[in-house]
Amino acid sequence: MTASTVDIALFAAKLGMIFFVILTLAAYLVFAERKVLAWIQDRKGPNRVGPLGLLQPLADLIKLLTKEDFCPIAADKWLFYLAPAMAAIPAILTFAVIPFGAPVTIAGRRVPMLVADLNVGLLFFLALSSIAVYGVAIGGWASNSKYSLLGGIRGLAQLISYELSMGLSLVPVVMLARSFSLADIVAAQATIPFVVYQPLAFLIFLISITAECKRIPFDIPEAEGELVAGFHTEYSGMRFGLFFVGEYINIIVLGGLATTFFLGGWHGPFLAPVIWFSLKTLAFAFFFIWMRGTLPRLRYDQLMHLGWKVLTPLALANILVTGWWLALRGDMMPLSR
Amino acid sequence: MEQIIFYILAGVAVIGTILAITEKHPVHAILYLVTSLFSIAVIFYLLTAPLVAAFEVILYAGAIMVLFLFVIMMLDLGHPEKGIAPQWRQWLPALALAGVSIASLAAVIVSRHASAAAAAAPAPAPAPALPIREVARHLFQDHGLAVELVSLQLLFALVGALYLGKQSKGGETK
Repeated sequence: MTASTVDIALFAAKLGMIFFVILTLAAYLVFAERKVLAWIQDRKGPNRVGPLGLLQPLADLIKLLTKEDFCPIAADKWLFYLAPAMAAIPAILTFAVIPFGAPVTIAGRRVPMLVADLNVGLLFFLALSSIAVYGVAIGGWASNSKYSLLGGIRGLAQLISYELSMGLSLVPVVMLARSFSLADIVAAQATIPFVVYQPLAFLIFLISITAECKRIPFDIPEAEGELVAGFHTEYSGMRFGLFFVGEYINIIVLGGLATTFFLGGWHGPFLAPVIWFSLKTLAFAFFFIWMRGTLPRLRYDQLMHLGWKVLTPLALANILVTGWWLALRGDMMPLSR
Repeated sequence: MEQIIFYILAGVAVIGTILAITEKHPVHAILYLVTSLFSIAVIFYLLTAPLVAAFEVILYAGAIMVLFLFVIMMLDLGHPEKGIAPQWRQWLPALALAGVSIASLAAVIVSRHASAAAAAAPAPAPAPALPIREVARHLFQDHGLAVELVSLQLLFALVGALYLGKQSKGGETK
């Protein structure tokens, strides 16, 4: 067995593991959401399939797979079939740049616990997040249904509103870490996580990623009270499942990104790095579920107002203050070169 | 390997652009254009310019095309109308100009190739990947004034757009 074969095997094992963990986690996140919401609303939640209802995700999967695959008559067939994949793929791809643990040594090799340490990792995330909206918009448009179309338009309007503030809230992170690479950003937070220096940027980023994964209070493109189910009204079976799983993968990925940018990534005392990363990421997932059980939905003009007139100016002011602070300190955090 | 990927991507980009022009349906045309821009971004990455690749996707595929799509869906322009395809006469100036630029490109390539063959020089070494810090230093230290001028120009455009928007609103209320 040559050296390169070992490398390839290690890499393939890493990829397989990541896929398995993320997909399983996404399925159980649905279960966790139903349980937590039930507790918040003083119900029991799913408790029939398996012990404590733990096999519920499996039952859901079988249900989705055996449902009729339905395409509306006047729908744009190709785009209708393509849209769910366009929504789910960017979510999974983004995980490629997230460092989820300290590098470990296997078979004499240093294996970094991330798929690809791009030197433009942060921009890669922003690029994929702006691509992801095509799935929503095209799915809504191709369905040839008024509810879907309205959902798709709202999805686009939502992206335009939060994307700028999300990007701007990450600028101070780059200024502090002096790198776009996520591994460097985590390394720069070995002692103090950036949330201590940048509470405002953290808040803006948190609001923006809530809008990004279309969760209450920003579930405007779905808005089941007004638009039936918004952009995925006409979808059934596994195509709906792909939208659905994509949304939960997005929650995990965005939680992981918030952890990486502001909470010090996998750094933490006593526990193993991977466990720290998972704990922080799942805390974000819990936070999203908790918000869903607590807050009402915004109107989409309210979201646009919030994004453009509140978050964006705040983020710009934050960048300015950070710049002045860095300039007055002479240089920077001791860690970066 | 990289060459094969390059030719595939280049083919996708060219075909995508041609389809974007000839497609009568605006939503489909936008998707073809996004495909083309995406493959151009990957080509930039192959040319060891990941920064440009990322900006290509964020700005063009992610922001501008999303705005186009938003407007088309919002105004419900998704119905291709018959008979608005340009006539031969209208094609002619565009064809002539495109011919000039293609001819000049071909001339440059041929002359380069000829001179390289004459000198029997080895192919130029691939440019090393430039660290982002170097790019930033060049941009903001060496060309700081130009960057400021461009940003001022964008500010003018912003103020102008705001003025036009305000005015039409005032007209409506009158």
